[in-house]
Amino acid sequence: MAQIIDRRLNGKNKSAVNRQRFLKRYSEQIRKAVSDAIAGRSITDMEQGETVSIPAKDISEPTFRHGQGGKRQTVYTGNKEFSPGDKIPRPSGQAGGKGGKASNSGEGMDEFAFQLSKEEFLEFFFEDLELPNLVKTKLATIQEHKTVRAGHSSDGVPTNIHIVQSMRGALARRIALRGPYHKQIAELERELAGLALIPEADEKDKEKLREEIKELKAKAGRIPFIDPFDLRFHNRIEQPKPTTQAVMFCLMDISGSMDQNKKDIAKRFFILLYLFLKRTYEKIDIVFISHHTIAKEVTEEEFFYSRETGGTVVSSALRLMDDIMKERYPSGDWNIYAAQASDGDNWNDDSPICRNLLIENIVPYLQYYAYIEITTENPQNLWREYLKVKGGCSNFAMQRIETVGDIYPVFRELFKKQLV
Amino acid sequence: MNNKILSESSEWTFELIERYNQEIARVAANFKLDTYPLQVEIITSEQMMDAYSSVGMPLGYSHWSFGKQFLATEQRYRRGFMGLAYEIVINSDPCIAYLMEENTMMMQALVIAHAGYGHNSFFKNNYLFTTWTSADAIIDYLLFAKNYIADCEERYGVEAVEATLDSCHAIMNYGVDRYKRPPKLSISKEIARQKEREAYMQSQLNELWRTIPQKEEDVANDSAQTYPSEPQENLLYFIEKNAPLLEPWQREIVRIVRKVAQYFYPQRQTQVMNEGWATFWHYTILNQMYDEGLLSDGFMIEFLQSHTNVVAQASFDSKFYNGINPYALGFAMMSDIKRICQEPTEEDRQWFPEFAGSDWLETLDFAMRNFKDESFIAQYLSPKLIRDFKLFTVLDDDRQNELEISVIHNEEGYQRVRQNLSDQYNLGNNEPNIQVYNIDRRGDRSLTLRHVQYNRRPLADTMTEVLKHVARLWGFKVRLETLKEDGSVELTQQVEPDNQV
Repeated sequence: MAQIIDRRLNGKNKSAVNRQRFLKRYSEQIRKAVSDAIAGRSITDMEQGETVSIPAKDISEPTFRHGQGGKRQTVYTGNKEFSPGDKIPRPSGQAGGKGGKASNSGEGMDEFAFQLSKEEFLEFFFEDLELPNLVKTKLATIQEHKTVRAGHSSDGVPTNIHIVQSMRGALARRIALRGPYHKQIAELERELAGLALIPEADEKDKEKLREEIKELKAKAGRIPFIDPFDLRFHNRIEQPKPTTQAVMFCLMDISGSMDQNKKDIAKRFFILLYLFLKRTYEKIDIVFISHHTIAKEVTEEEFFYSRETGGTVVSSALRLMDDIMKERYPSGDWNIYAAQASDGDNWNDDSPICRNLLIENIVPYLQYYAYIEITTENPQNLWREYLKVKGGCSNFAMQRIETVGDIYPVFRELFKKQLV
Repeated sequence: MNNKILSESSEWTFELIERYNQEIARVAANFKLDTYPLQVEIITSEQMMDAYSSVGMPLGYSHWSFGKQFLATEQRYRRGFMGLAYEIVINSDPCIAYLMEENTMMMQALVIAHAGYGHNSFFKNNYLFTTWTSADAIIDYLLFAKNYIADCEERYGVEAVEATLDSCHAIMNYGVDRYKRPPKLSISKEIARQKEREAYMQSQLNELWRTIPQKEEDVANDSAQTYPSEPQENLLYFIEKNAPLLEPWQREIVRIVRKVAQYFYPQRQTQVMNEGWATFWHYTILNQMYDEGLLSDGFMIEFLQSHTNVVAQASFDSKFYNGINPYALGFAMMSDIKRICQEPTEEDRQWFPEFAGSDWLETLDFAMRNFKDESFIAQYLSPKLIRDFKLFTVLDDDRQNELEISVIHNEEGYQRVRQNLSDQYNLGNNEPNIQVYNIDRRGDRSLTLRHVQYNRRPLADTMTEVLKHVARLWGFKVRLETLKEDGSVELTQQVEPDNQV
């Protein structure tokens, strides 16, 4: 008799080890393919897997095989018009006659294509990147705690008494303990009522019954209204409170000189930063601050697509950021990151103000500040002032970008492993 | 409405599978199919891909190439290029057949009949399988291999083990004894023997390491002779026993790969027969059940559609042509043998006097037991089938400018086209004939392989890579000579050992 076994619940990832081995072995090629893929697709859908292909010859497993040439006879099916002795020209590009011998095993294909999962894709993308100055995350190992309610307990300090729960318990206890007395009282009363119907009944008996009833009632009355046993206390336990929340400030110049192309580059940069942070933090707030001569907090939509004319005052955005930080994101609770994109234009007089704002009010409270300048022109005074900031703060980085293609290397440069 | 019908719906349940299996088993037994006990396992499509990528080994050791296989399978499956194979069956005792949960009841029944009784009986009775594989020991052995290799990875590092496996895989096809019968082994014996081997292995290698001075005439005699005295076809075996620099654990890995190659060797030699046999029986068994009123018309139509797809054979000029479909050829030949037994024509009597008109069950049983693809075709391919398939041979000679149609399906051609087709299934012709020819014991300890050319066919460029793998295992220089058809020998390639392959 055959055995029928349901194996569906067995682990389905028997090949996971082999898959990982493969990815590890060819990580060089795959990383390159991933790089190409990122260049090729819009970064707004970064959160997907990707079909990558690597050259099949790199991963082939060689065996002894016959090569082309020599003499061979091959049998085919479905003859229609051939007679023995017919000559047919040799088909070009194929050895050994016709038919698709070359591609049936997949070995003959030039590219080996396969699907990377989203996680694997990002893993490759972010490989050897590291969150800079993960001071807070390191501190998170000496975690802050917060107390949270966790049900009730039967002892505790008086301030924590849960009144409703305690009273409920007391009521239940009273009902439970009185039950037998009430039963007896009801019985005796029935007896008494029965005696009352009989005229010749002995008054003494009645009296006795009344006595008993009274006694029982007194007993029932003596059951305490509340007992230490009834008390319930709020139970509070301590839970570690990881600071896994981050806020990311996106600052961008939207003055006339920033055209859509530049904004596009900036956008990708912001998205990359966002994705990167998302891997480390559970919750990320994003604040978009756009500025020309004045700054305002805007929605994502406005941020990337609105356009203003006029000049540029960068410090306005920095001031606004400072205000928002103080108001909503105390640095004790939040890991703060900032990314600023600009084409480098600024009122000359404003740049030193920016420098001071950054050094005194902003950068000390930040995990990281990344500034990218999207321009092909020579650095202007903003860049020069920022260079001074960079000199004084290790968590400040700045880069110049010319085309979309520069983003990835710049991104890596900004966040490359910091040797301690 | 017939009450005997087993099911109407296409949904399967465990009870239904059980009932179908009972009926199929009963019908199979009536047809005298001799099988191992059957173990049916229900798995998901993902598990099927797992099974698929470990080339049908229920317990594979870990290696990146299986991961590659898995990714390729997954990719094709996702894109819909390929339906998953609807059956995988393991040559073991009990015989394990996998059913995919996504399949309909009809498919489950088809797979049970095809794999669980068709392949199963073939595994149990074909001479190649009974000679070369030990169905009762294979699961234990694979488990041993998996654990041993995992152990090695822990002790010597994943990379070292992987490198050794890579090299072994490269010459896996040359890890087969074609003529010697391997002894049956049990798991406990295997472990005991492995310990023993490890302890004594190094001392057995003194042929190469011998440093005691020899008398002069001995040296003269010695250098005149080649070692091994006769060429060795089993490269992996030769390396396992003679490679001077391998660590004991590496020898064991060579041995494991060799054993796995040996286990799969019969399957590679009996593709047409094995698939033909299984297809013939699922067709016969399910038709029998239909005749008995156990199957509904709907079931039968669904079944015939899927059966027809399996045995479809495209013409050479079709864009679907992908060589000769072993299912189609095998099924046609099995059915044809039955036909020749039951309704022989004059031609059949002339071609197959020994069995035309005989009992078809016995004749088929005999054919299944005693042949492999090559001999099966040479023996049983009938002129009628050659005509049905319109078989013809193309001669491709690189000394001619044009291809020549050498034989077609006519009176003069039957014998030769049959011979050509049979040769096409001869692994000895398809794989280059490469053997260990000599090792230079007195000099640089180099290993010489000799390729005996067949029809002037050269080796593909991959040989350099393969030789590097051989050199890694051997530890010294490896030479490859080619023996041409005119008797001349030339040095084709030589490779110095280099740990980077």
